Amino acid sequence: MKLLTHNMLTSHVKGVIKGFCILFFQATEVKVNEVEFNPEFVSRMIPKLEWCALVQAAELGHRQDLPGELVPDYEKNEEFLKKVHRVLLEVEVIEGCLQCPESGREFPISRGIPNMLLNEDEV
Amino acid sequence: MDLHKENNARTGRRSKEEKKVVRKQVKASHTLLKHEGIVTVSQPTKSLVVVNGGLGNGVGREELSAMLKEMGDLEMLVMPPYKPYAFATYRLEESAWKAHKYLNGQRLQCGENSVTLYLSYVNSVTCEEEVSIPLPEGLVLVEDFVSAEEEAQLLAAIDRSSANDEITAQKALKHRKVKHYGFEFRYDNNNVDKDKPLPAGIPEECLPVLERCVKNGHVVIMPDQLTVNQYESGQGIPPHVDTHSAFEDTILSLSLGSKTVMEFRHPDGRLVPVILPGRSLLVMKGESRYLWTHGITPRKFDMVPACDPQFSAHGTNSSLTLSKRGIRTSFTFRKIRHEPCCCAFPSTCDSQGAPSAPSPSLPSRPSLPCCHADAARLEEEYVHQVYDAIASHFSSTRHSPWPRVCHFLSSLPPGGVLVDIGCGNGKYLGVNPEVVAVGCDRSSALVQICAERGFQAFVSDALSVPVRTASCDACISIAVIHHFSTQERRLAAVREVVRLLKPGGRALIYVWAFEQEYNKQKSKYLKDHPENHNLVHNTREDSWEPYGERSTHTNRQYKDEYKPVDNIQDVNKVTDGKLSVHINRTAFSTQDLLVPWHLKDRKTREKGESGEREKKDKSEEKTSLCSAFGFSTKARLDCNPDYRPNCDSSISSGSGLNTNDVTHSPDSNPSSKNDTQTSNSSQGSESESGPLPVFHRYYHVFHQGELEQLCVQVAGVKVQSSYHDQGNWCVILEKD
Repeated sequence: MKLLTHNMLTSHVKGVIKGFCILFFQATEVKVNEVEFNPEFVSRMIPKLEWCALVQAAELGHRQDLPGELVPDYEKNEEFLKKVHRVLLEVEVIEGCLQCPESGREFPISRGIPNMLLNEDEV
Repeated sequence: MDLHKENNARTGRRSKEEKKVVRKQVKASHTLLKHEGIVTVSQPTKSLVVVNGGLGNGVGREELSAMLKEMGDLEMLVMPPYKPYAFATYRLEESAWKAHKYLNGQRLQCGENSVTLYLSYVNSVTCEEEVSIPLPEGLVLVEDFVSAEEEAQLLAAIDRSSANDEITAQKALKHRKVKHYGFEFRYDNNNVDKDKPLPAGIPEECLPVLERCVKNGHVVIMPDQLTVNQYESGQGIPPHVDTHSAFEDTILSLSLGSKTVMEFRHPDGRLVPVILPGRSLLVMKGESRYLWTHGITPRKFDMVPACDPQFSAHGTNSSLTLSKRGIRTSFTFRKIRHEPCCCAFPSTCDSQGAPSAPSPSLPSRPSLPCCHADAARLEEEYVHQVYDAIASHFSSTRHSPWPRVCHFLSSLPPGGVLVDIGCGNGKYLGVNPEVVAVGCDRSSALVQICAERGFQAFVSDALSVPVRTASCDACISIAVIHHFSTQERRLAAVREVVRLLKPGGRALIYVWAFEQEYNKQKSKYLKDHPENHNLVHNTREDSWEPYGERSTHTNRQYKDEYKPVDNIQDVNKVTDGKLSVHINRTAFSTQDLLVPWHLKDRKTREKGESGEREKKDKSEEKTSLCSAFGFSTKARLDCNPDYRPNCDSSISSGSGLNTNDVTHSPDSNPSSKNDTQTSNSSQGSESESGPLPVFHRYYHVFHQGELEQLCVQVAGVKVQSSYHDQGNWCVILEKD
């Protein structure tokens, strides 16, 4: 699971307000794959992100070099875009779990795949 | 004949009713042009198309022909199979004119059925030549094998012994009456108790018949077991292969009473309907006994060649008519087998490890759910568990993305976010490398395949997708929603798709269509033209193109006009409340059903997978910049269970011999002809591959307009367009 994918996810456990809930994660195995840098692509992605979720995820993924606030004129800031690129696209969680901060429900990540299935009573 | 309308016509004023007839006739000719490509003309010609006077309407040749002959010398009457119209050609134009004048708007009574005829002139009559289909290998039909006297004696012998049910093991099965002599055939294990012979052996009235069978060389050893089945009109027997380990090779079946049509099906999908006249003997040997299933579809009418010598001489479809079934009694003579079977067909041989009942019917079919919990359980067993079990094989058969789905994906803006709900093996995740594509599927086995291909995917249920609300530029749901077993759940699935969309975001939804033939075109896998098969094989993978654009608007008139067709289909409906098991490559008879999936042997499977891997390696060389997110332009793998451009559509068309198999439908068994050959040969040489299980997936196939109706119930979204694409109903939604 790349952190870009994590950024799209939200908790869907019953009783949790959908759309605002960031999932924490714990990673026991993280892989960093080098991916060709495409500044245009990254610039296009940034406005679609939940920025603070990405910063949090970066920290948890042991990449603590993202600023807490989005920098102005980021389109022209190649160094910044490269950092975002790395976090978004190069870091992959292989083993670990996602956790809903409200309900505490954990979802396992195994072989890079989050299993987000709920039990019947959680839907 | 009601001719007094003529008077009204003479006065020059048209009655209200006449105007209605003219209006309906015009409507009918538009429908013919649109859906059947039949051009009608306003100037009188010798030929007429008679709408609603077709075999598909339940109209018999005799009744229609009698009515038409009243108008003059009828040269030819063509009744295409299953169609709701017929063509009549008169010797003189004048007679055609007369028929047009007097028969238009007239009702024709056919049994309990009554239709209103509308006639229009046509310039020419097209009648397809009937393709003659060879009988299955090893099958012989001997007509008039017993005389009428013998027939009466045999039937009387059975009646006599019915007084004592104990000694003949008589039973009334759900669909027919059955009696056993010699040994009882047990329907619980599809076998016989070989050491428990019944008190009553084969009745002695049968001996002259059996001796004749031996003398004529139809069978070598005298049979020692007899099963008598009695079928009333509308009854039948599910397709089956007689258990190999129970009986020796040759099986004799004597038909007495009314004629019927028995259908033989090869595992590759070939279907051969065989008419069994009364007093005929059917000999099943070799391949026809061991490999082909045989069965009788329960219905009241069969489509059979007409006896009218005036027409039957043509040897074309024009000589078909309907035959009403009466009571038929069959005598099946078999020889008990005492050694394991060692035939050359291990895939259907229980002695060689195949399941003992390769019939497509399940021991206990589930019912349609009536509550949420039932629905969830049904889907768990008949959707989720099946996809997990067949994931690898399923994935190996899914290669070609559907062109119109790709078109939708290609239209998305660069940098857009796409979620594929029910992504299967991830076939669509790499189609547009400019977008961020994430897939999810209920089957972790399929998601695993996505991950191995480098795609981003997670496991989730389509009713509860853990993705932020209003975060997606686009969503696709391809062949997913038809797996939900209640209306509420299907609606909830659409609602979940819409929830994910941003305002202005678009969703594409595909579901399997009940209507596998639309606008006169059969869906790709229903195609029954043998000459297309080579083409189909050569166009595997990406080179596949759909044949012909379809109109995107629906036509209610079409439905209304052709409604009588449904009357025939109703006969086949399962009425016990259980879900019916779909017969691969046949038209759907109900909306809720179980579709069999035949797992292929390992050897074939691995072959398929390595084939894909090669392909993937090749395409990875041209991985683009955006592969950063894992959506390289790698192997595009079909994830759809239904749309199978590379499927084997090898159908011997039923050549119109029955009214049930209107079209040949998607087989869940994805073997292309090549695959079949491979697997057959590998099965032939290695028997350790073991039994090949059959899985059943639940589907709700959608009627025309049903998907749109579902979508308009969801607030905040509108149906941008809808269309029929190769046996699927499709909508594009746009969020407000």
